[in-house]
Amino acid sequence: MPTELPDNPRTHRSLWVDVWLTFRQHTGALIGVGVFSTIVLAVFLGPFVHDVDPQYLDLQARNQGVSLSHPLGTDNLGRDTLAQVFAGGRISLAVGFAAMFLSLVLGTAVGTLAGYFRRLDGPLMRFTDLFLALPLLPLLLVIIMLFRDTLRNAFGPETGIFLLIVFVIGITSWMQTARIVRGEVLAIKEREFITAARSIGTRERRIVSRHILPNALSPIMVSATLGIANAIITESALSFLGLGFPPDFPTWGRLLFDGANFITITPARVLWPGLAISLTVLSVNYIGDGLRDALDPRLRDT
Amino acid sequence: MPDNAPLLEVEGLTMHFPIMAGVFRRQVGTVRAVDGIDFNIREGETLGLVGESGCGKSTVARAILRLYEPTAGQVRFRGEDIARLDGEPLRQMRRRMQMVFQDPQASLNPRMTVGSIVGEPLLEHGLGKEPAIAPRVDALLESVGLEPGFANRYPHEFSGGQRQRIGVARALALEPEFVICDEPIAALDVSIQAQVVNLLEELQGRLGLTYLFISHDLGMVRHIADRVAVMYLGKIVELGSSEGLYHEPLHPYTRALMSAAPVHDPELEAERERIILRGDVPSPSDPPPGCPFHTRCPLAQPECSTRAPEWRELRPDHRVACHLAE
Repeated sequence: MPTELPDNPRTHRSLWVDVWLTFRQHTGALIGVGVFSTIVLAVFLGPFVHDVDPQYLDLQARNQGVSLSHPLGTDNLGRDTLAQVFAGGRISLAVGFAAMFLSLVLGTAVGTLAGYFRRLDGPLMRFTDLFLALPLLPLLLVIIMLFRDTLRNAFGPETGIFLLIVFVIGITSWMQTARIVRGEVLAIKEREFITAARSIGTRERRIVSRHILPNALSPIMVSATLGIANAIITESALSFLGLGFPPDFPTWGRLLFDGANFITITPARVLWPGLAISLTVLSVNYIGDGLRDALDPRLRDT
Repeated sequence: MPDNAPLLEVEGLTMHFPIMAGVFRRQVGTVRAVDGIDFNIREGETLGLVGESGCGKSTVARAILRLYEPTAGQVRFRGEDIARLDGEPLRQMRRRMQMVFQDPQASLNPRMTVGSIVGEPLLEHGLGKEPAIAPRVDALLESVGLEPGFANRYPHEFSGGQRQRIGVARALALEPEFVICDEPIAALDVSIQAQVVNLLEELQGRLGLTYLFISHDLGMVRHIADRVAVMYLGKIVELGSSEGLYHEPLHPYTRALMSAAPVHDPELEAERERIILRGDVPSPSDPPPGCPFHTRCPLAQPECSTRAPEWRELRPDHRVACHLAE
């Protein structure tokens, strides 16, 4: 047992300091953090360095290769590829985080309720199975077809489609999280410190919020990082199918979709957005991997 | 003894767990973990509860504290039946009876600091807000022999004995009258056991606590308990003062248990005659008819397998459930 305590017993070492100390030892996760923050910084600060309007059509300079004024070349309408990758990245990352957050909240809520309340377990998990069994892509297409115009009229074309895409990705990707969280809650519920909490008269909601959720944090965090990647890919797929944002509104998936036809003339148009998606997904997954290790107290203790 | 009125009276306490099986999860049987037991605990005393693993000792503890829903029976705490309490009255009741758990590692939330573990009962019962309870938490830690500065640490940074003392501090936070110690020393090293037991005794003297002390360490129970109850297969087979029971065990099962405990004296130890029980404990889902012990009893008579023994007071304050005891 580690009984060697530092000299000053008042020293406060918080959970997050311990998490960081372990996280630091995970090389892959550190590289992931580096790559991911580079992408985020580039996407948000890049436009200040390379201040070309991504929507500006320069018909004199179509399908150009690498040059000083267009570092990644231009597309068939003369729009600057680098500026479009920056602009598309902001949208893709925003969709990724927002959709991940929605699916995480839904999944954690369903999973916790199903795991903690025995009576809700059957109905909620059958509901989850139902969602898992739905063919998602056709469903997404139908939802978008049905609601796109209504939302556009209500919130304007960009905000409307953003909300719609976040919503459809969120409500179609919470099932894995729900299953994982339910399993974890079922296991934690039987641990003795839950009995101890009950014996001191802790209220049910506090048992969930103070004892169960913090101990189920590892799988929730991992689901979160995987969820970002998943949401970016789904958004790309939707945009690739032409069902995402409007054509003049760049996202990484839309850039891929538009560039695919011109892959023989300007391969850079496919290469860069594709690379950005892959690197984001990969780095976020590595970060998730490192976080999972760092959040597991059993691994942290050693 | 008028000043020793019963604090807790347990009457016919029964705890059955259903066995579900098959596709439709139908009930196919019952585990009779606790099968109608009676005892009472007087204010300020320590009642030891002994028995082998699986005889229902912990179930008794949890049923009394209403961590389980008792199937039948009454648990009267200062005359009030708490076996059927629910909701807020039950939550208020929990302030007055607390529990120290067997495994200090498992019973402390690994993600909470010691300060928040010990302070949680105070917060939950509205006895103060987060910063205001800090002095009280420090005092509690001090009273169990831990440095108050340890409040910022996590349970995994402590040794087994220290963790058990954190568990004791949590149990004492609400100033309960009655504390159930569910094998509080079973998971500890022998060198640490004495520490924890001495702490429990000291706290009892200082705070006037009443204990139900569950253990399978007969020596330790003899040391700490005023009266001892012996359980076998969900029933109490013998209950008497610690002195009386250890000097003159009346039930054959108690005798077998006593003979299995080593004595701290080589000469006496050499003379110790062991009563070896044959066979296993019968399954509590299918307990034998008559006396539950007759399948293994060295003295069993034909009547033992047909008629359940009465709960008789053979000596003053010494009861036994056996046809043959005289």
